[in-house]
Amino acid sequence: MRVTEHPILGKMDAVREVEFEFDGKPMKGYEGEPIATALMAAGVKVFRYTIKGGNPRGVFCAIGRCTDCVMTVDGMPNVRTCVTPLRDGMRVQTQKGLGAWEETK
Amino acid sequence: MMETEFAVVGAGPAGLSAALEASRTGVQTVLIDENQAPGGQLFKQIHKFFGSKEHWAATRGIDIGIKLLMQVEKAGIKVMLDTVVWGIFDGGKVLAIKEGDRNRRVRAEKILLATGASENPLAFPGWTLPGVLGAGAAQTLVNLHRVLPGTRVLMVGAGNVGLIVAYQLLQAGANVVAVVEALPKIGGYGVHASKIRRMGVPILTGHTVKEASGDAMVERATVIQIDEQGNPIPGTEREFEVDTICIAVGLHPLAELAWVCGCEFTYISELGGHVPLHTEKMETTMPGVYVAGDVAGIEEATVAMEEGRLTGVDVARCLGYISNRKAETLTREIQARIELIRSGPFGEVLGEAKERLIERRG
Repeated sequence: MRVTEHPILGKMDAVREVEFEFDGKPMKGYEGEPIATALMAAGVKVFRYTIKGGNPRGVFCAIGRCTDCVMTVDGMPNVRTCVTPLRDGMRVQTQKGLGAWEETK
Repeated sequence: MMETEFAVVGAGPAGLSAALEASRTGVQTVLIDENQAPGGQLFKQIHKFFGSKEHWAATRGIDIGIKLLMQVEKAGIKVMLDTVVWGIFDGGKVLAIKEGDRNRRVRAEKILLATGASENPLAFPGWTLPGVLGAGAAQTLVNLHRVLPGTRVLMVGAGNVGLIVAYQLLQAGANVVAVVEALPKIGGYGVHASKIRRMGVPILTGHTVKEASGDAMVERATVIQIDEQGNPIPGTEREFEVDTICIAVGLHPLAELAWVCGCEFTYISELGGHVPLHTEKMETTMPGVYVAGDVAGIEEATVAMEEGRLTGVDVARCLGYISNRKAETLTREIQARIELIRSGPFGEVLGEAKERLIERRG
């Protein structure tokens, strides 16, 4: 849920909306915000599944330290989505285990 | 290889203050931070700080951050963002950095590690489910990025972080169902506790989380009362329907760089665990390598700023930009201010812990 109005911080600054892809589905977010917050605003909570037990994981620290929120972004696995800015046209995928590198053309 | 007199790693309150203090005397200073923006954790602190006027009392962290950044810009300090320091070589003289996609080295005569802290997790069944996150993480998401991690929240820990973040979640429109605290009494300031109590949030002392459960994410939390020994009391379980559990059980120094560069450590639980040994001028056991702020022991941002200044003064003195006498005067002034912040029941404990740390450094 976006916090568009805030008693201390006021209205949100003007932001540019961009489109990105999450597991093949089109989604919208704000340019330059962390990929993680664009997903959370859309209600996504599971970012990856662990290598051993296949258990779900989401954001824990939100400052790029814990690596619980890593996903595959534009074919690159283990991208810390809480500190990686969202760009127009990004392809974001739920990561399974260690993820896999996409063949570069 | 890039060369500079003083390299500061981490552009939070400690790093910014150190860079300003040193560069004002003429020290050539470079400020390095892995984030896209400087300021560290100041920009998520939307509450007013406590203390005296010299310590930014009644000023919000976010406004302190804006002021410090303006001063850094005015001073013409080189700031390298999106730049990760991944190693320190040559006995603490050379930083290995990754600037965007490019690897390079920075040789510096003096280095300050002002890398801050990381939140402690808390293990209980279900603790890894999406929806369990740090209280500081929730604060970042809400105050910096304007996204709520959930709408029904259980806060674990009634220290200042737990109380302040619970209030800030309420401000942002979330429903905080309760704050649980394992200790028999609230750890944070009474003012913060009263604010959330007035909004109808119960603070359950002597309680802890027994379990978080849900299909692929948190759907409920079971809270249980504990006795004085910390054992759960069967039959006292209470269930809360929540989608978010925030963990506010302390922080630990983010000290990897101090470890890899060979600094000696000591364990002091009041300061967050393993802390690099340092002198009262913040120098570690590696000559020319300093620590300041949370990495030197978890305290308030106000102390972090003063520790940064202590470092800046000592660096300026060592490099010959100010006289020993001038440095001595400045150092005494800063130390007197730190003492003032540490007066009071919370600060006293930290001050004593810090004295032990400095004694151990010798």
